[in-house]
Amino acid sequence: MKSGNLFDKQSPILSLQNLSKSYGSFKAVDHLNLDVFYGDVFGFLGPNGAGKSTTIRMMLSLISPSEGNIKVFGKELQQHRNFILGKIGCIVEKPDFYKYLSAEKNLAYFASLSGANVNKSKIYEVLELVGLKGRENDKVKGYSHGMKQRLGIAQTLIHNPELIVLDEPTTGLDPQGIIDIRNLILHLQKDLGKTVFLSSHILSEIEMIATRMVIINKGKEVVQGEVKTLLNSEELVVSFGFININKALTVIRESKWNNFLHEHTEDQIVFHFSETDISELNAYLCNQNIGVKSIESRRKLEDYFLRITSN
Amino acid sequence: MLLSLTWLEIKKISVRPRSYIGFVAITLVILLIQLAMWIDGTSYIGFVTQNIEQTFLFEGKILNGNLICFIILQTLIIQIPLLIALVTGDLVSGEAANGTIRLLLTRPVSRTNILLSKFFAGSFYTLLMLVWLGILALFVSLVAFGPGDLIVLKTDEVVILQSSDVMWRFLTALSLAFLALTLVGALSMMLSCFTENSIGPIIITMAIIILFTIVGTMEVPLFDKVKPFLFTTHMIVWRNLFEDPLPVDQIRNSILILFGHIVAFLSISLLYFNKKDILS
Repeated sequence: MKSGNLFDKQSPILSLQNLSKSYGSFKAVDHLNLDVFYGDVFGFLGPNGAGKSTTIRMMLSLISPSEGNIKVFGKELQQHRNFILGKIGCIVEKPDFYKYLSAEKNLAYFASLSGANVNKSKIYEVLELVGLKGRENDKVKGYSHGMKQRLGIAQTLIHNPELIVLDEPTTGLDPQGIIDIRNLILHLQKDLGKTVFLSSHILSEIEMIATRMVIINKGKEVVQGEVKTLLNSEELVVSFGFININKALTVIRESKWNNFLHEHTEDQIVFHFSETDISELNAYLCNQNIGVKSIESRRKLEDYFLRITSN
Repeated sequence: MLLSLTWLEIKKISVRPRSYIGFVAITLVILLIQLAMWIDGTSYIGFVTQNIEQTFLFEGKILNGNLICFIILQTLIIQIPLLIALVTGDLVSGEAANGTIRLLLTRPVSRTNILLSKFFAGSFYTLLMLVWLGILALFVSLVAFGPGDLIVLKTDEVVILQSSDVMWRFLTALSLAFLALTLVGALSMMLSCFTENSIGPIIITMAIIILFTIVGTMEVPLFDKVKPFLFTTHMIVWRNLFEDPLPVDQIRNSILILFGHIVAFLSISLLYFNKKDILS
């Protein structure tokens, strides 16, 4: 089941070039560019309605782009659709199956559509991998949402694809289910050598497993790069809560900390600076006899993401 | 590939409970008609032939298996398209409604092959239903009521077909009915491509058939001009098999028109389905 080195690890396994999709005057995806490399767990992050699912549907030829180009395994999707889809396993939004068929029969059906010669033991092996051992012959109509999600992942693996596209695979799962799926994705990448394209609207989820990521909002790329680089930025967004904000503002404006002041509300002042500055400012305020009631810090990217998602 | 895809579609149809509604309905209607004829067939025949008995003298067994089969075919002509559309109208929209179309269309199979396999599977289902209809209506009636000459009463004539001349007519009539019902399948599948709910295409198919049938049967000069262009006019071509002499030109014309409609409906379906954005 481990992937062979069919593709150049240095070149993108998936490349979106100026990809756009419009519905009338509304641009669901707006000139999006991204590269996913072999062996990546690539996080595709954005708030609800950012254009993630539309992008994924274009990558899988479910909808046609208004503009731009999609290359997978170095080939144009439009010209090599069947070759490419044969090497992709995917879940688009929630995984739906034929309810009147068992899990085993559903997997056998989708494997045969993929042209894969899959026997019963392979189906049972994949179902065991996703934690559905013992439920192989149950009809899907009796499955819970979590079980369907697991079966969805089993379906993506049944034909041994090179690239796995998962669109919000943890939606609706309980905490244990989320951990299981996370571990499974890491197993797929590390042990089986798969490349995973993971869409999510939860930053912490991407942070925990992705190697590279892109954030999109309103169909446009906001930022793209290595997760470590993006999220370990030195600069933090720090909110100090005060008992007397006016007194605190007067003291801060007369000090060097005024250079780091970003904005203030009725009881909070927001600064942009590094982690070491937090304790220094706190000590300074104590010396000036300013009562601090709370300190909250976030990385700048995290802060930005929280703002766009809360909007 | 197309053959294996069609086989997979047939298997999907076979495990769905709604696929058996048509078979159960046909079985019940036919058995009901046969039972009614068994109990009170003589009175029914007497009532139907009372006007012409003053002119003709009937000898032999009028109430026979061939006549019962003919009555059954006449009775079921309106219901069978509905039973076919119940399955074929759901072939594409059912996948969209259930969400399985996303998985189906992300497999390495062309949309053309997927749609054609659904059409062929739907046609195979239609064929099975007609074979079942033939077994029950023709063979069971022949066993229960025995063979005999077939008397076909029309508004202005009586056609009497000899017993030995009837079997091929029934089998050909069922073949023509297959063509007509395949058209219903192609129409409902085309409508199924345009929607994402299961019931819509079934209802619209029946509405079109009922509307065209009404237009086709009303004796209004305005409608006379459009009647030859309505596919429903040609769907009852099988009845021409029970005329003597056979209206060969009319039958050939109807076959061509039915076939042309099937090709047209299928072409529209393919054109639309291949370009359709899957948003469900």
